[in-house]
Amino acid sequence: MFRNNYDNDSVTFSPQGRIFQVEYAQEAVKQGSVVVGIVSKTHAVLAAIKRNAEELSSYQRKIIPIDTHYGIALAGLASDARVLSNFMKQQSLASRLTYARPILLSDITARIGDRAQTNTQHYGKRPYGVGLLIAGVDARGPHLFEFQPSGVTVECVAGGIGARSQMARTYLERNLDEFENCGREELVKHALRALKDSLSQDKELTVENTSLGVAGMEENFKLYEGEEIAGWLETTFENKAEGETGAEGGEGMEVDT
Amino acid sequence: MASLFHAPMPSTGPGYSFSAQPTAASAPRQHAGFYPYTDNGGSTLGISGATFTILAGDTRSTSGYNINTRHAPKLFKIGGEGPDNLNARIVLSVVGFAADGNALKERLDTVVKMYRYQHGKEISVHACAQRLSHILYGKRFFPYYVTAILGGLDEEGKGALYSYDPVGSYEREQCRAAGAASSLIMPFLDNQVNLKNQYDPMSGQGLEKVQRVPEPLPKETVEEIVRDAFTSAVERHIEVGDGLQMMVITKEGIEETFSPLKED
Amino acid sequence: MNHFPEAWGRPRDEIYGAYNPTYLPSSLGGAHQPTTRTQSPIVTGTSVLALKFSTGVVIAADNLASYGSLARFTDVHRLKPFNKRAVVGFGGDVSDMQYLDRLLNSLDVEENYTSSTGDSKQGGEEGLVDAPLMSAKNLHTYLAKVMYKRRTDFNPLWNALLIVGLDDQSQPFLASADLLGTTFSAPSLATGFGAHLAQPILRRVVPNEAASRELSREKAVEAIKECMKVLFYRDARSMNEYSIAVVDENGVELSENEKLENQSWAFADRIKGYGTQVV
Repeated sequence: MFRNNYDNDSVTFSPQGRIFQVEYAQEAVKQGSVVVGIVSKTHAVLAAIKRNAEELSSYQRKIIPIDTHYGIALAGLASDARVLSNFMKQQSLASRLTYARPILLSDITARIGDRAQTNTQHYGKRPYGVGLLIAGVDARGPHLFEFQPSGVTVECVAGGIGARSQMARTYLERNLDEFENCGREELVKHALRALKDSLSQDKELTVENTSLGVAGMEENFKLYEGEEIAGWLETTFENKAEGETGAEGGEGMEVDT
Repeated sequence: MASLFHAPMPSTGPGYSFSAQPTAASAPRQHAGFYPYTDNGGSTLGISGATFTILAGDTRSTSGYNINTRHAPKLFKIGGEGPDNLNARIVLSVVGFAADGNALKERLDTVVKMYRYQHGKEISVHACAQRLSHILYGKRFFPYYVTAILGGLDEEGKGALYSYDPVGSYEREQCRAAGAASSLIMPFLDNQVNLKNQYDPMSGQGLEKVQRVPEPLPKETVEEIVRDAFTSAVERHIEVGDGLQMMVITKEGIEETFSPLKED
Repeated sequence: MNHFPEAWGRPRDEIYGAYNPTYLPSSLGGAHQPTTRTQSPIVTGTSVLALKFSTGVVIAADNLASYGSLARFTDVHRLKPFNKRAVVGFGGDVSDMQYLDRLLNSLDVEENYTSSTGDSKQGGEEGLVDAPLMSAKNLHTYLAKVMYKRRTDFNPLWNALLIVGLDDQSQPFLASADLLGTTFSAPSLATGFGAHLAQPILRRVVPNEAASRELSREKAVEAIKECMKVLFYRDARSMNEYSIAVVDENGVELSENEKLENQSWAFADRIKGYGTQVV
């Protein structure tokens, strides 16, 4: 039988120039439930679907506030995310202590990028099995960064990672031009709609399974869960139900092909 | 400070007089050289009530007979959100060596912030108090040269006040004065808060005399006592003055006020 | 033949005995020496003065570096601009000042390196370029940490620093940090002898923050120049050439070759009797 001989560690290239362990790690990200993020000129928003292992269990944590000015949303191995978020928390506190300033989002993203990269170049290590969206507001305004297990980081206006996130990204791409000038409420609605598009047919956004994180020029990053988001879900759904039940369905179909 | 910069030049380097060459590896220290501490003066005090705790401190910072600044707060909110410590419920006051005081404040603040990050809830004053003791004791052999007082509300909502020595001995008390004028203020507090040496005038003489029993004071009375303590200390101690910083911790949060003291 | 300098022209061994190498590094046969730390400053700069006014801060220090009581170097610039929002003034040991200057330069390089690569979206836009610039407050926090760390290691940087400029809200900022890591901030500050001689004069000009918000730039510069004159009169380790800098929203304006003007030694008219002079 054929066996892949180049995926035993993350330091060996395959003859095609691929590092399989890193690619497998990226598969782990796709197993995680979907998270999306969007920025406007004034705000940065994260939205996430929380899964529960069984009906009686609690829901997982998808959005973690790190510092007052930013937070992260994760897709993939939650324990790896915790290691990264602990590191980010430490770095953020260190920046505040040594310089009395909040760390730049570009800086903290570069730092976890560097950390993840070293895992792909040292024997005996494994890549992080988690992807992150890092969103918040710093001295240069609102930002959204995406982090991948390979150590690749990109800044984006909108993004989504996790299971079936392609559908969310399709929604975001279609509405890309609107985001820049969106107000706070509009941005949240866009994020929720993008999230909704990634759900399978039989699922709904509920106050139990949805998480929201919002940061703005004038407001700290805050995590909204449970009844706090009932209002947003209601208004967002309302629009959908009235507006375009058919159109939404059409989008979903398109992606599946 | 000026004298520090004008110390005599070193005169003995390695010379070529061979008989004078040192044969031992090192001679005993000639003089103390660098001393890592200084005293920045000032005073603090704390009083706990039934539903509140008040901490106060003057805002003068001194070096010897010099006034560094008239506005150097000694009271710090601990463990709130962000750099301004919004919604904090614990206050630390430090007096002594200001640089150590700042370092101590930042360490405790970081610890309390990490506690919330890791446990998803606020630390209790009693846990915070014990942690502070450990931080101080951890530097037992190179101490933070400060007298700390920690204030907040306990789990029952009662005023909680903890006082420390520089190496971490601590105790929960009703009231405590610390710093340069502590010896002036503490006896006053003993008398006014714990009613020491106050007897029921109706009771008899000699062994018949009955001590008045202290009970928690109302907030307004305590604020008055604090103000009186400081205005008196300012009169008698040169390192105390300029401004009075007060923090009142209640279940509604922390109310911080600054008011003037004499600048002489 | 021994080419080591310590052997050049040495008295002969048979007459004076063998060379005693104990003072040399152990690699050259010397005895092990204890590690040594700064116990006192060597070449020193005297006072630094600074004063906040309505829109900025003015700072000054003379150009002298003394070796004990010897006026050793007369063109040493003790005000170091960090970026266009911050200047650091150094009192105390000059070699430690030069070390800190190198440290600040590498910090500045690091800052500009990350800010040019980190953000492609807004880095080039006007107006936002300045936002991530390190403020004087950020710089002061950092320097205070450096000073405190070194004192805690018993290896102090023997300086008194004044950090001036604009804070994160572009308001005037003035604070000090010294060899012990002690920090404080006030509308006017002076290190060294200036704390005794200049600070009382400056406090008459700005008794509090409110007064400094009312003070004009011209009045502030005038007050500082007057204090530099008083210091030259009375501080034996001072000089009549000095550097002065003003930081406000337009950036740093630094002049490193100012001369004291309008000196009047009339106050010393009747003073006599120093040293050997008796009449």
